[in-house]
Amino acid sequence: MDGGLINRGAQEAERTAGARIEPGRSYGFFTDTTLCIGCKACEVACKEWNGLPADGDMRLSGHSYDNTGALGAETWRHVGFVERLDDRPGEMKPFQSNWIMFSDVCKHCDPAPCLEACPTGALFRTEFDTVVVQQDICNGCAYCVPACPFGVVEVSKADGKAHKCTLCHDRMKGGMEPACAKACPTDSIQFGALEDLIPRAHQRVEHLHEMGQDRAYLYGAPGTPGATHGIKKLNAFFLLTERPEVHGLPSEPVRPAPRAQPSLLAGLGTLAGLAAAALVFGLGSRR
Amino acid sequence: MPQWDLARSDVVLVMGSNMAENHPIAFRFAMQAKLRGATLIHVDPRFTRTSAMCDIYAPIRAGTDIAFLGGIIHYLLENDLWFREWAIPYTNIATIIEDGFAGPEGDGTFSGWNKEETRYSTETWQYKGLTVPSPLAEAWMETGGDFAERVSHMRDGPPPRDETLQHPNCVYQIMRRHFARYTPEMVERITGCPRDLFIKVCEAMARNSGRERTGAICYAVGWNHHTVGAQIIRAGAILMGLLGNVGRPGAGMLALRGHTSIQGSTDIATLYDMLPGYLPQPHALRPHGTLEEYLKVETAPTGWWAEFPKYAVSLLRAYYGGEASEANGWGYDWLARIVGDHSMLPISLAMDNGVIRGLFVMGQNPAVGGSNSKLVQRGLAKLDWLVVRDIAETDTATFWRDGHLIRDGEMRPEEIGTEVFLMPGALSGEKAGSFTNTHRLVQWHDKVVDAPGDSTSELWFVDELGRRIRKLYAGSTRPEDKAILNLRWNYPRDEEDEPDAEAVLCEINGYRCADGKLLSDFKDLKEDGSTACGTWIYLGVFPEPGKNLARSRKADGPEGPGTHLGWGFAWPANRRTLNNRASADPDGRPWSERKKLITWDEEKSEWSGPDVPDFPKDKRPDFEPDWSKKPKGMEAHSGSDPFIMIADGRAALFSPSGMKDGPLPEHYESVETPATNPLHPGMSSSPAAKRWDQHDNRLAPPADPRYPHMLTTFRLTEHHSGGTPTRIVTTTAELQPEMFCEIPVELAGRIGIRMGDWVVLSTERGEIETRAMVTSRLRPFRLPDGRECHQLALPWHFGWSGFATGDVANVLTAVVGDANTGMHENKSLACALRPGRLSRVQRPRREAT
Repeated sequence: MDGGLINRGAQEAERTAGARIEPGRSYGFFTDTTLCIGCKACEVACKEWNGLPADGDMRLSGHSYDNTGALGAETWRHVGFVERLDDRPGEMKPFQSNWIMFSDVCKHCDPAPCLEACPTGALFRTEFDTVVVQQDICNGCAYCVPACPFGVVEVSKADGKAHKCTLCHDRMKGGMEPACAKACPTDSIQFGALEDLIPRAHQRVEHLHEMGQDRAYLYGAPGTPGATHGIKKLNAFFLLTERPEVHGLPSEPVRPAPRAQPSLLAGLGTLAGLAAAALVFGLGSRR
Repeated sequence: MPQWDLARSDVVLVMGSNMAENHPIAFRFAMQAKLRGATLIHVDPRFTRTSAMCDIYAPIRAGTDIAFLGGIIHYLLENDLWFREWAIPYTNIATIIEDGFAGPEGDGTFSGWNKEETRYSTETWQYKGLTVPSPLAEAWMETGGDFAERVSHMRDGPPPRDETLQHPNCVYQIMRRHFARYTPEMVERITGCPRDLFIKVCEAMARNSGRERTGAICYAVGWNHHTVGAQIIRAGAILMGLLGNVGRPGAGMLALRGHTSIQGSTDIATLYDMLPGYLPQPHALRPHGTLEEYLKVETAPTGWWAEFPKYAVSLLRAYYGGEASEANGWGYDWLARIVGDHSMLPISLAMDNGVIRGLFVMGQNPAVGGSNSKLVQRGLAKLDWLVVRDIAETDTATFWRDGHLIRDGEMRPEEIGTEVFLMPGALSGEKAGSFTNTHRLVQWHDKVVDAPGDSTSELWFVDELGRRIRKLYAGSTRPEDKAILNLRWNYPRDEEDEPDAEAVLCEINGYRCADGKLLSDFKDLKEDGSTACGTWIYLGVFPEPGKNLARSRKADGPEGPGTHLGWGFAWPANRRTLNNRASADPDGRPWSERKKLITWDEEKSEWSGPDVPDFPKDKRPDFEPDWSKKPKGMEAHSGSDPFIMIADGRAALFSPSGMKDGPLPEHYESVETPATNPLHPGMSSSPAAKRWDQHDNRLAPPADPRYPHMLTTFRLTEHHSGGTPTRIVTTTAELQPEMFCEIPVELAGRIGIRMGDWVVLSTERGEIETRAMVTSRLRPFRLPDGRECHQLALPWHFGWSGFATGDVANVLTAVVGDANTGMHENKSLACALRPGRLSRVQRPRREAT
């Protein structure tokens, strides 16, 4: 890949995220839901940087303070809100929010099902171990859409091509941390090299357990829920205190490719059998 | 206190503020404190995104903050949990008050209430035998006899004190009597907060204060926007004074501001009754006739405000330059005199009553943000001309076309004669200038892009306006026109015809008149007219040419000390923590190693530490005034009086002067409320509150059955105040695209309202329709008489302009104000609710593009 564009001197990301960005290393997000205040600065920063339009109908959704609904072609960061206040708590568990806020994003899976499904090579793995769609190559076949276990990728109605978070590939090339992480006021979204983020996240879980928040766990780090059925890790992984389904995440995401291979072989076998049969019958009929 | 210092707090009480939503950047420091183990508490009528991050959420009925805080004060006093060693020497808790003082336990008024004139005389609130000047620069108050002579007795000796706290009229005993009524049971009855939860808050505050630990309060307009707003803040300050949480690391009260530079605009005088630097605006009905008289009655005899004449004369020199001379009182006559309350509320009424004929609106959207919005819109419709300068066409600029008067069928556009001029403004990135934030930190920003089209900066506009008006007056010999013609108005322009903002900052900083040399220390200001200074508290921000300290960006590293003296400039004199003399004990030693800041260095014979001492640098801790010499100014303070701006050097738990509605905070209901006040049912709301009764500003009486619900207004993180910058761009508009009303599930169930349904809210001032957001985040309360009460909540950002629209919440609110500040009461009132819509002219919605 083209490493020549990388800023080799001092990088902004070193000051803002404590991370140096170098090709050949794996980067991602550690999103800690216990620190999220639901301010949506990430959503705004993402749309501003990436020039994304509004995708709603400018109507109140009725889903608490969430009016953008879900990740999609025009929303690459999305903050969900779940109200759990029927018991009207006064004292609350440490870092246990009764109004649960969760900033969702493309997981940049390793391996990435969307990439594996892409027939054109429009989806590729970058020099930073992230997954990006190239709209100039995308033919709009939308195979990536059902392949994604998280429902992240969407084909835009505007240009008929697949769009999703790029982990700010352009910013990273310039030595800058992604816009959402930079805008996050409470460091709920942390950007960095996975070799730094993963141990930091495990420490955070331990710290929360010590403080009495015993339900905290990682989702998507290697060997944790979320990294299942052929997915080794999610480069954008999460710290959760609720079951994944509460946030609309699958409890056990599945990579379709391992199932596709045997069924493809079975399909080819069937095809071959039919062809052979046709041949036999064809020959027979000619007689 | 600096926001970043919150990270060092052991407890953070957020009250009257939805900090996480409205001050997310400051809230990061509260979150850092939490990560270090601090307790976060949120006390609020609504469960918000702030509550979600806290350890304790204590719900209260809107407008009952004083009952809650008074309850904490009661708990600390009765359980002896206050920081005695700090509070006895550093506050007026031991000071003895006049014999005639009486509290509001009986009829709901303090001694000195004048029913006919609906105001207090403060004679009985004074220190025994003395008249205490206000700690504001606005020192003068109505007293019998010669005011200046009376306050001069502050120089005779220290105020009478009983440090054993036994004297029946010492502040401690008065406070015990006053707050005796604020028992946990009474707190629960008034506020609706369960008493166990309330006591948990008391315990957390007490546990985290003292030598080793400190706590902070963060408040915002949830405290200000009440007719008792100033007294709520006083209650918070008394609490912090009792706990020793002033002037110390991780301690203090953070007044979170609603805009980026609201602090700056108060410092440099957008308030009608203040000149820059908190100097009083001359008043036509006070002994302010000549400069001599003005200085005589406004100069405090003791404490730092004794320096007042230097600041006043230097300001006049900055205003009038060479035209000012000793002979003409440095141009004092040219200053405008005020005659009464000229704040936003009376201005709205004056427009409505046809008194004001023209209005400039800059960076404000009164059609949305003004109380009693339809009254405001009626006022706008009566103007001859209206100038709106903003970054977009605001609701105020289009009131005549799309406003509530038109939609409700009250007026037609062709009946409105107001000539509206809309002029495009520039955003902060499109112009150079400074922001002064909550912690008095002045930070410079450069222009990064040109503003589009004809947009110009406010500086250019005001400078140009000044130039053109002065041209129109040129040659006039009428004496009143001198106020305009004699102004020093010569700001240099750059090659793009933009006035040099740094030249303005240099004028604010101050200079020597003879040679224009910039000053670097406000001790160099003179009373003899040889110095000029635009705002004395900013002196030092620009100490020499090319050295704009507001531009400085040197943060401390992780190794400390964390005062970041190289980042921006904090007024005054780059002090980061005010009253930091109190971070040391009376002998000048730290209260503890953990909470060390400024200490007395015996070897060097000076105060030292990682902050700039807020105290005369070489004044010994054991200094005692020589009362035989009638000491003046700082000479009348001892070496252990940390509060240099206050006449007796001590924090005023009991406020002898400066407050117009009582020396101690008392719980009064809002002027409109479904409740009656159990403390004094005959005096439910504040007797001193400003009320303006007229046909389109009627108030419902307390406990009016037509208006059974409590209503509060709030802001969302997704929108900015009047909504102009955020409703006109899709990025933020789509996040909160429509106006709504938060309704508790119990009430919604009872009257058959589902999520998203249309509802109508009404008060004596008007009706609005909006969507229902049914939620468990709001909860039912019991009123003091046991009845159930529901609270409704409206975001007030919306109007008809832009993509995110809705009815104006302020149609419901009233023009009614705090006695001290004239601040409106939009955080607690009474309303009615019904399902359905209003019949009105329906206009097509503007679609997002």
